[in-house]
Order: sequence, then structure tokens, then C-alpha cells
Amino acid sequence: MEMLKVLVVDDEPGIRSGIDRILSKYTVGYPFMDEDIGYTVYEASTGEEAIRIFHENPPDIVLLDNKLPGMGGVEVLEYIKRNQLNIEVMMITSFASLELAVKATHIGAYDFVPKPFTPQELRSSMDNITKHLFLKRMTQKMNTEGKQIRFQFLTVLSHELKNPLNAIEGYLRMLKERQAGDQLEAYDEILDRSLNRVKGMRSLIMDLLDLTKIESGKKNREIQPVDLMRIARISAETMGPMSIQMEVNISIDGPEQLIFNGDPEEFEIILNNLISNAVKYNKPGGFAVCRLMTEGKQLIIEVEDNGLGIPEDEMPVLFREFARIKRKETRNIMGSGLGLSIVKRLVDFYDGTISVESQQGKGSLFRVVLPIIG
Amino acid sequence: MTNPINQPKVLLADDDPDYLFQIRFALEKNGFEVHSFDNQEGAELFLDSAKPDVAIFDLMMERDDSGFILAYHAKRRYPQLPVIILTAVTAETGRKFNHGEYNPDPWIKADLYLEKGLLPETLISYVKSLITI
Repeated sequence: MEMLKVLVVDDEPGIRSGIDRILSKYTVGYPFMDEDIGYTVYEASTGEEAIRIFHENPPDIVLLDNKLPGMGGVEVLEYIKRNQLNIEVMMITSFASLELAVKATHIGAYDFVPKPFTPQELRSSMDNITKHLFLKRMTQKMNTEGKQIRFQFLTVLSHELKNPLNAIEGYLRMLKERQAGDQLEAYDEILDRSLNRVKGMRSLIMDLLDLTKIESGKKNREIQPVDLMRIARISAETMGPMSIQMEVNISIDGPEQLIFNGDPEEFEIILNNLISNAVKYNKPGGFAVCRLMTEGKQLIIEVEDNGLGIPEDEMPVLFREFARIKRKETRNIMGSGLGLSIVKRLVDFYDGTISVESQQGKGSLFRVVLPIIG
Repeated sequence: MTNPINQPKVLLADDDPDYLFQIRFALEKNGFEVHSFDNQEGAELFLDSAKPDVAIFDLMMERDDSGFILAYHAKRRYPQLPVIILTAVTAETGRKFNHGEYNPDPWIKADLYLEKGLLPETLISYVKSLITI
């Protein structure tokens, strides 16, 4: 159990011991938290004592009476704010000072509880301030973690973009300096390779834009009844040239029509990514089949192949950005490394799940399950 | 015209096929016999069967530290073999490299760290300087 430190600052010993009694037996639990929270209560009778304690043994929460001898409660609050102490403040106010209580919340107190209060009123206020404290800390933690993740992402991204740029620059220099002689044909391979890298960069940038749009919530979503079978067929056609080149057979399996409420572009992206992976990570003579079906209140999309499969150590990072573990067989497969992370985020939009079964050397089966609403 | 018997052997490993192409091209033009691999494993197998005169390893291939691993194996087998490690981005290793910075860490067995944005000609001149030592 997690314990929060609560300092009660009040010149009346009866109040202090009353609060101590109420809170020491009280625990709080929230659905978003793993552990329950309890309170360790300690006391101060003046504002000056409270400030000393803030530095010696800082509490998480302070219950602060505004009527104190010497330094008043509002002054203590101002002290906390001025020194940016990480302490949440609950003012305990006598009923006649409601105006003061409101002023205190403007200064930065989280809430106030007017005297006299019942145990239930105190517990209820503690509930609120505790929840607030936790959410604030979680957000701070996520911001720091978020920054770290973003930094890593950007580092890998710049690496992924620098490589093709360096390659293209190198080739252009070779051309400029006529390093392969004066015959134009000698440069055919160099030009083809350069164009290939350009294609790769474009695909990376397009995927990045998709990802950023999804991440920032700025993606315009057009939810409408969509025939998923039609989209699947279009997807298969789009992959046609690649499937011929790779000698992999694509097939779509499902009813004549399958209507689902969603954004057609999102489903295009999901199906394109899954089907193109099934074709790319395959061997000549292999197959890639896309199955669509409904089972009760669920829409199921399966994309299965009998290709290269996914090794065990890749599974945990499969849906992460740029997480392509380079293996001998997959070294030359082009891709931005963002496909699956984009698919996962889109599936999340629909409150769906995506899972994969795979055996290295035998093939993979990706399964998307979306709830049918209404 | 270089006498083929006197051509120094270069072991080159980099997983970017175009970088490999360009460096190989520049090395061969300068009279080197190039053995190139686009993966760590291939380069390791080569080290078991033949002795190069100089080695150039990309840092990140199958593994983020492929270059370090290869450098370690190469030096263990051939202690006098000059080894160059190539890195694409300074942030990869968290170290700041200047052109021609010599090995500050004794346990990382490379003689030189160079950045990949380097001109092939400059790389060649470093390679030549390592061989004539």
C-alpha cells in the first residue's frame, strides 16, 4: 500500500487529533491505480512550525487552517507557492471565511473544507485531493518519459533519413566527377540505386506524416458505412505489381460485402500494411491471404502468409516504431519500419486488438479484432 | 597498373548496400582488393579464413554494436590489423568524434573512428596511412 504524508496545521489540538483519527484508518483506491493509498498523519500547531517541517520532513498534502496564531494559513500557502514546494494544500476554514477560502484557491490551494466538517466530508475532500495528486504526478512522469521516447525516436529517425541522403549524395558525386568514365550507360546502375533510395525516403516520410497525424489527434476521421471487402480487393490490386515481382499469390476471402462503420482511409492503411508485409516477408511461390468475417459482435480481419515468419525475440517489439531487427533473410526488404506501429494505433482508434501468431521459417498470421457497435 | 599480387586486402562490412557500393568502388579504383559483406556474420566468417591488411567496419549492422564486436574479434585474431569503425551519427555512440580521432578507450579495439558522411577519398587516405604504418 502506498502511504501519503499528511501534515495537519491547526492551533486546536481537538481538530488535529480528530483529523488524525479519521484519516489514519482511511484508505483510498482508484481503478487506475495498482495499490490502495493510506495516510500517515503528523501535526503542527503554528504556521512557522509547518514551514520548518516542510523542509525537514515534507508532506505530500497539508491540511491548513487559515486562522493560526502568528503567521496565518494564507501566508503559509503563499510560502509554498513562492518556493514551488511539491505540496498539495487543502484549506480548513471556519464557515465565516468562505471568501478567504475562495481567495486561497486562487492563490493555489487545491480545495477547502469548511469547519465544522463531518468525517465523511473530510474523507470526501481527501478523496478528491488524493486523486488530483496522483494524476498530476502520473502526468509529470509521462511527460518526462514521453520526452525520452521522443528523443530516441528522433535519433533513430534522423539515422534512417541520413543513410539514404548520404547514399544519394555519394552517387551524385560519382556522376559529377565522372568516376565511372564518360559513357552514360556506365551510370545506369548508379541512377537506379539513387532512385530506389529516393523512393524509400518518400515512403518513410509519408508514413511519418501518417503517424504524426494519428499521434497528434489531428487526423480528420470520416466515419461512414464502409464495404471492407471492396477495400480489401482494392488493396490486393495495389499490391499486384509487388506480388508478381515477389512471386507471391494474394487472395481475399470473405462475403460479397462487409459493411462496417469506419474511416475508409484508415482501413486502406491497415489492409495495405498487413498485406504488403505478408508479400514482402515471403518467398517465391508463397501465398498471402486476407480473410474478413464477423463473429457475433466482432469484426475479424486476418492476414496470413507462409513466408519468413517472425523470430521469438522480435515479437515483443513488433509494433514499435523502426523496430525491424535485421536478419539475414530480411536485410534487403524495403520498408519504413513504421507500418505496424501505424496499424496498431489505428486499431486502437476502434478499441480493437491486434495479435500475431508466427513461426520462423513457416509464416505468420496477423489478427485484428474490432468490436461492432450498435 | 597495380600488380595484383601486391594489392592490399581490405575487409569492408556495412549494411547499407549503396554505401558498400561506393566505398568498394573508391577502394578498387585505388588499387585495393576488396572483400565486402553487408552483415556482421559474413565478415566474421571471412576473418576465420583469411587475413586482411586493413578492416573497415560499420558500427550498426545486425546489432547496434556489430562494429565493436567485429573489431574485437579481428584484433584478437590479428593483433596488428588496423581497424577503422564507421559511424553514421555521432549520437549513436554518445561520443563526439572528430575526423582522425585516435582510440581513446583501450578496450574498444579500433584504431580509428570516422563518420560516414566523410568523402570516400578522405577515407582512402586514412586507410593508406594506416597500412603504411
